[in-house]
Amino acid sequence: MNYRLLYFASLCDAAGRAEEQVASDARDVTALYAELAARHGFTFTPDRLRVAVNGAFTDWNHRLADNDEVVFLPPVSGG
Amino acid sequence: MFAIGEAPIDVVRLHQGLEADGAGAVVCFEGRVRNYNDGRAVNGLSYQAYIELAEAEGRRIVEEARGRFKVERVSCVHRVGDLALGDVAVWAGVSAGHRGAAFDACRYVIDQVKARVPIWKREHYVEGTSEWLHPDSAPK
Repeated sequence: MNYRLLYFASLCDAAGRAEEQVASDARDVTALYAELAARHGFTFTPDRLRVAVNGAFTDWNHRLADNDEVVFLPPVSGG
Repeated sequence: MFAIGEAPIDVVRLHQGLEADGAGAVVCFEGRVRNYNDGRAVNGLSYQAYIELAEAEGRRIVEEARGRFKVERVSCVHRVGDLALGDVAVWAGVSAGHRGAAFDACRYVIDQVKARVPIWKREHYVEGTSEWLHPDSAPK
């Protein structure tokens, strides 16, 4: 399946890009994050991240569909 | 009202937006760029947001404040992009019939925005380096 990833803050720096299209066998966000963390050297464990699919927060068991937009959100620091 | 923008925050205009005949109290908070953090000298900040989700989450927070407190108007604006020392990075304002609700709602909005809205700051240090902040726990 194909997914669109957006990266922010230090995940953007680590991935060296703000977005990418990924072809993956991962079917849920947990598996997808493990794959991307290995590829890009992300050091955050999932318990420190939130995840959003298609513009809405979701949980780590979320089943993915083809062409989903997935964002792993590092701890926020606005304000 | 919740908004994210690159332009400098127009505090006067936002303040006018809080006006209401029943507003006996107005409380505003300005979060400004400070010249130090965690023992290091800072000379600027850059903010990045996942705009689509940040605006949705910010609007939810404003609605929560409207439901929890007896208020007239609730507004919050957060900047993104490069900011200099003294610039207003975030502004939250509430008008209400009485001061208690105005203080409580304003505090609620800024605390929730800092904890939940997908916005990140990169600190630029006087020594020449910079880094993203990803706090372990709830921000101060």
